[in-house]
Amino acid sequence: MLSLIGKRIVSAIPSVIGVLVVTFVLTRALPGDPAAYFAGPAATPQAIEEVRRSLGLDKTLPEQFVVYIKDLATGNLGNSIATGQPVLTEIRTRLPASLELTLYGLLVSVLIAVPLGVLAATRPGSWIDHLCRVVTTAGVSLPAFFTGLLLVYVLYYRLGWAPAPLGRLDIFYSAPTTVTGFYTIDALIEGNLEIFRAALAQLLLPVTALAVFTLAPLARMTRAAMLEVLGSDFIRTARASGLPKGKIVYGYAFRNAMLPVVTTLGMVFSFLLGANVLVEKVFSWPGIGTFAIEALVASDYAPIQGFVLTMALLYVMLNLAIDVLYIVIDPRVGFES
Amino acid sequence: MSAVPVLSVDNLSVEFRTRGGIVKALERVSFTVNKGEMVAIVGESGSGKSVTAFTVMGILDAAGRVSHGTATFGGLDVLQAPEAVMRDIRGREMSMIFQNPRVALNPIRRVGDQIADVLLQHGNVTRREAPQRAIEMLARVRIPDPERRARAYPFELSGGMCQRIMIAIALSCAPKMLIADEPTTGLDVTTQAAIMDLIAELGAEQGMATLLITHDLGMAAEYCDQIVVMHAGHIVEAAPTADLFAHPRHPYTAKLIAATPKPSVRLRDLVAIPGNLPDLRAAEIASCRYSARCERRQPRCDQALPHVLGEQRNSMVACWNPL
Repeated sequence: MLSLIGKRIVSAIPSVIGVLVVTFVLTRALPGDPAAYFAGPAATPQAIEEVRRSLGLDKTLPEQFVVYIKDLATGNLGNSIATGQPVLTEIRTRLPASLELTLYGLLVSVLIAVPLGVLAATRPGSWIDHLCRVVTTAGVSLPAFFTGLLLVYVLYYRLGWAPAPLGRLDIFYSAPTTVTGFYTIDALIEGNLEIFRAALAQLLLPVTALAVFTLAPLARMTRAAMLEVLGSDFIRTARASGLPKGKIVYGYAFRNAMLPVVTTLGMVFSFLLGANVLVEKVFSWPGIGTFAIEALVASDYAPIQGFVLTMALLYVMLNLAIDVLYIVIDPRVGFES
Repeated sequence: MSAVPVLSVDNLSVEFRTRGGIVKALERVSFTVNKGEMVAIVGESGSGKSVTAFTVMGILDAAGRVSHGTATFGGLDVLQAPEAVMRDIRGREMSMIFQNPRVALNPIRRVGDQIADVLLQHGNVTRREAPQRAIEMLARVRIPDPERRARAYPFELSGGMCQRIMIAIALSCAPKMLIADEPTTGLDVTTQAAIMDLIAELGAEQGMATLLITHDLGMAAEYCDQIVVMHAGHIVEAAPTADLFAHPRHPYTAKLIAATPKPSVRLRDLVAIPGNLPDLRAAEIASCRYSARCERRQPRCDQALPHVLGEQRNSMVACWNPL
């Protein structure tokens, strides 16, 4: 199994190279002349040429690619014009914000969707099955940013139960010392429960919005996979052997049903990375999505390149994680090779 | 040998609710299986063989309903017994093996663990002994190198090997009765014989009753003491094997025997039975369900349920105009 996992990790290397090439080509293909933007609106053609040379944009594409790779190797992703900060620094502070949001959203979603799907499948036609159907239908038809706006309107504006949707932490608190970049975890490491609670309160609404959105595909897939497995021959064998229902449902059926659920989980995670961009906007979340939108509006190409690269690498890692999970769950994976 | 009935099914009727209406899958089915005896239920697909087995095991799916009759196993009517009682009986006193063994085992659990699960469930071993007992069971079903095979997954084993594992699971708690539902379907011919020999041998060792469900009359003849012939949810004939082959009394049985390959008959001389099973959704098929396909049909065959003649012990035929 370990050698199989090792092989899978090695096979991710071509994907990473592909990602590097595509990000490079894609950002070069964007409309607009970065040199003109850098030089500013009042610049003379000579000044623009000057900037172009200083940015290395006068070189041929292959030459530029080599420079780009060299820069990447030293961790240099260029600077953002808007903030003047190195892109790497920006991503390093903003990525944990986005990930914290996404991962909590996913966690909440899984914790609700999987049991819901399992219960719906084991009791077809019961109230919980109907509930599952209602939730999945509602979840599919509500985009995350809309749910987000609705939650803000009701829980913050009308009822005042939730804190203002203004970022990761109320302005009265200062951020905990960065260890993981996740405020909730860092606050716990620091032992500061007050900040932990405050960070959690800020997370509540956007996480709910994301969870509602992702609940639907997960619950539906769990239900369908469980139903299929429960109808299979080996479950009949387990019943004929007198195994108790709990053992059959959780020990035998659930592990087999996990495979399609894990696949869906990967897909949902990538939806979430996309949905995040809008949800972050609604909640003024200082994440990587907000950063990318601002950069895109300003034709600020270094941050865009950095954003696309980060996202692409995240996808590669995500797929890697899912494949490794497959290897762990299913002994049949990799057998044919 | 005095016959001690292990299972006696009496007047069992089962119906299924489907979108097309109620299907009367079994009607007034009665038979007994004695201790140490191997009884075959023979019939074509859809005749109700497996439904009978599932009903007795209490694992009929939710659409099926027992509308009439009893099935007594060890003094208990298993059709009335609560689920908790049945769960305790299944796998311990009454076991079942299925067709297509490769898909009848949990694909992502080691086979040794699957045997151990059943051993642990029925309480005769501790968690520490279970793996060793599972290996012993593998050896009993003649699996070479049982220590290593216990750690295998079903996909790493052949179909015959998987059926041996199924038998090991079924016999792990020394049940009083084994129901083998087409145990050799999907296996090659030599493996079929090996599996059937194994079932017969282990059954004899434990004095276990075996109910063999098959569409292979030849196999039934070779291994079973008693044969029950089913057609469209009715038992049409039941008799000791030798009698059945010497003097089939129901026209369907005779046709079945004529349609069974034998060394003395060339394949192209085998006779197919014309027609198909009737539509069991018809409101009342009280009369003989074979009459539409029967050459010996008489006007009275359409009337009521065909008369049941009990010639001797364990022998009956449901026909107005028997051979």
